[in-house]
Amino acid sequence: MSVVDMRLARKPADYKSDIKPVWCPGCGDYHVLLSFTRAFAELGVPPENIVVVSGIGCSSRIPAYTNCYGFHGVHGRSLALAAGLKVMRPELKVVVASGDGDGYSIGGNHFLHACRRNIDMTYVVMDNHIYGMTKGQPSPTTEPEFDTALSPGGTGLRPFHPLVIALASGANFVARCFSGEPNETASILVEAINHPGFSFIEILSPCVTFRPDEREWKNLVHPASVATTNDPAKAARRLMTDDGFNTGILYRGERKPYQPPVGRPQVDVSELERDFEL
Amino acid sequence: MLAPTKEARMRHRQSVSVAIVGSGGAGALTAGNFLLEAASAAGWQGLISRTVGPQIRGGEAAALVRLSTRAVECMPERFDILIGLDWANAHRFGAEIEIGPESLVISDPRGGEPPPVVATAGARVVEIPMKDMAKAIPEGRPNMIALGIAGHLVGLGADTWLALLEKRLADKGADAVEASWAAIEAGYHAAMSCDAGGESRTGLGRNLATPKRSAARRWLISGNEAAALGAIRGGVRFAAAYPITPATELLEWLAPNLAKVGGALLQAEDELAAINMTIGASFGGAPALTATSGPGLSLMIEALGLATAAEIPVVVIDVMRGGPSTGIPTKSEQADLNIAIYGCHGDAPHLVVAPQSIGDCLFTTQWATYLAETLQSPAIVLSDQFMGQARASIERPADVTFIGQRLQATDTGEAYMRYAIAAGGVSPMALPGMPGRQYTADGLTHTVHGTPTSNERDHNMQLDKRRDKLTQFNYGDHWATHQGDGDIAVVTWGSLTGTAREAIGRAANDGVEATLLALRLLYPAQPERLVAALDGKKRILVVEQSHGAQFYRYLRAYYDLPGEVRVLNRAGPLPIRAAEIHRAIMEWR
Repeated sequence: MSVVDMRLARKPADYKSDIKPVWCPGCGDYHVLLSFTRAFAELGVPPENIVVVSGIGCSSRIPAYTNCYGFHGVHGRSLALAAGLKVMRPELKVVVASGDGDGYSIGGNHFLHACRRNIDMTYVVMDNHIYGMTKGQPSPTTEPEFDTALSPGGTGLRPFHPLVIALASGANFVARCFSGEPNETASILVEAINHPGFSFIEILSPCVTFRPDEREWKNLVHPASVATTNDPAKAARRLMTDDGFNTGILYRGERKPYQPPVGRPQVDVSELERDFEL
Repeated sequence: MLAPTKEARMRHRQSVSVAIVGSGGAGALTAGNFLLEAASAAGWQGLISRTVGPQIRGGEAAALVRLSTRAVECMPERFDILIGLDWANAHRFGAEIEIGPESLVISDPRGGEPPPVVATAGARVVEIPMKDMAKAIPEGRPNMIALGIAGHLVGLGADTWLALLEKRLADKGADAVEASWAAIEAGYHAAMSCDAGGESRTGLGRNLATPKRSAARRWLISGNEAAALGAIRGGVRFAAAYPITPATELLEWLAPNLAKVGGALLQAEDELAAINMTIGASFGGAPALTATSGPGLSLMIEALGLATAAEIPVVVIDVMRGGPSTGIPTKSEQADLNIAIYGCHGDAPHLVVAPQSIGDCLFTTQWATYLAETLQSPAIVLSDQFMGQARASIERPADVTFIGQRLQATDTGEAYMRYAIAAGGVSPMALPGMPGRQYTADGLTHTVHGTPTSNERDHNMQLDKRRDKLTQFNYGDHWATHQGDGDIAVVTWGSLTGTAREAIGRAANDGVEATLLALRLLYPAQPERLVAALDGKKRILVVEQSHGAQFYRYLRAYYDLPGEVRVLNRAGPLPIRAAEIHRAIMEWR
């Protein structure tokens, strides 16, 4: 009973710091922060037992806006940092926050290997299809015709498909959310955090400054019309053919998470010397 | 130039050296390892260094073994015995295996022509048909014949071998032990025939003092293994690994052994991930390490700046190899000094230390772990390929008490300031799970609370804090090895310490006293200590294995070197020999 009471005692505000975000007014990331604090409150995990890890970019500023432990590291390496942390502190809840530049471009290789490694953590990518912090350069998810100063006339390149890549690389949970739906996002976050292994959530989070066209996203998103699958083949077909605006949990796998046993020494350090004794 | 005294010649005789060469797969390295192990079991100390070509398999391989009744820290300039299982690619070793007129060369008539250097050196060549002899023994192998020859020539008793073979070949069965034993015996008999000529060049080991079983426990260990063990002794429980020559064995030793002591090793997808995993584990409270070589260190530099700014202790072992770029992966160099000290952008002071011998890899890495944890700073340990991959028979290093003790936040008291300006610069660190102490570690310039800021005052306060915690710490006597009191000082670092020590010993036998000053702590620099150590010296000989004389320039940047200064520096792969340092001392008068 006392456990339930404790949970009820947690409020989203308990998970929010008093630092004012650097985000532009109207940025989708405000709602992601709201989803975080709601999800954490619903989970009822004390804030000191949650670590939010990030890289560089607008979205990566989120750790300090929570009242959890946080790590705002270098560009693109948040998943690796989180892996070392989680392996040595498996009792903590580890949430990694990133953006489409940080996560899919400079951090692309780590994304593949984090999916494959399947350590129990949740990876949230706030995708706005643009580099916002550096003021509007194309990211791996930017449409080919989108015109920027760095890509006059558009990149002409096919956008990256993060959900398909996550699935193919071994992610154990794949979902898409829209930041403008914080209740739905919060409940999917709760499920992702509770799901064993590597959970990947792509959150469509509009950049109102450099992509004002993304204000339209609220009219384009729609809940996935079919139920969550645990069959990677079905999930792959669905992800490859969807319109990019299906929201919900699209795949929920059953792979066992990777976690070496730690903290239980079998021998004293002095025993290791035996390798070298003549 | 002084003529060498009789004493000096005796001193030379206190070691015996054997090089065994062959095509890759011929078993030269196995024979060399067995030779060192048997000699160590008999009470000698020794060193084996392997030299291989760039090929993964095949190509050429040489085992270089030096044995003595005292500690052996470097290779000789000339080998007493050179055994060629075959000479197929032996010319590629070039100047790495030098022989002279007093050397004895054992050659197999079916192994091809000895390289021209054998004739040039005027060495005595004895032909022994090792291949044919091996064929006459069921399952016999020529490298074991060579081992028997070497065993006899250095003066090891034939009774040394059986126990070793039973230990090392246990998994191959009794037949393998018997075959090897028969081959070694055959080698002994064949070697006696070259003794029969009555020349004093054989039986070289008999000129050494009789080996005694030391009361101290004896170890056979490589520098990479010693560094890994030192890290665990210092408290490391997490390692991230990305394979790279010549650091891989260090990580391979850690993988099973960290698990045994309740830790873990993660194989990273690249060095960028490896260093960040290390930072993450340490942020969670586990003393953490990664090991790499030059190219990997280059990739880790950005995150080392993060660990400096966010004050996260991590240990990075750089087993240096020839550079720049891919360079010479299998050969030693000391040219990563600059990147280790100055690699980070911004003002990013952190610890840089260098072990001085295979045994010291243990101490220095343990010390580095202790310093990193105590000072909440990254520590780079500059080992090198020579120390890392050579294996030595040494006396068990003494236990030291350096165990990482991180100053942790307590969960009581006022509002938490992770980066509070504290006396000594080290502020208490909270670990996730500790209630009421949540903070965000950040590479952005931050306030005392860890909140990002671009304020000039905060920036300077934190820069001062991170500098002061390193410079105000008392590193004690471990900052350098300081021996002797001559007015000529040899100033060096890393694996050249042993070479310099041997050279200084020879100079002493020639009546010239020299001082050895070998720096273990490279950063932060210790100017007052160095000034005191070099007080009154008239001549400073800087010795280093770097093309650009990086160590000399580092010294000039931080110290006013007294007197006249000369630099003996050379890029890898050819090691600087004790004879060269000895000559530089003797000729500078």
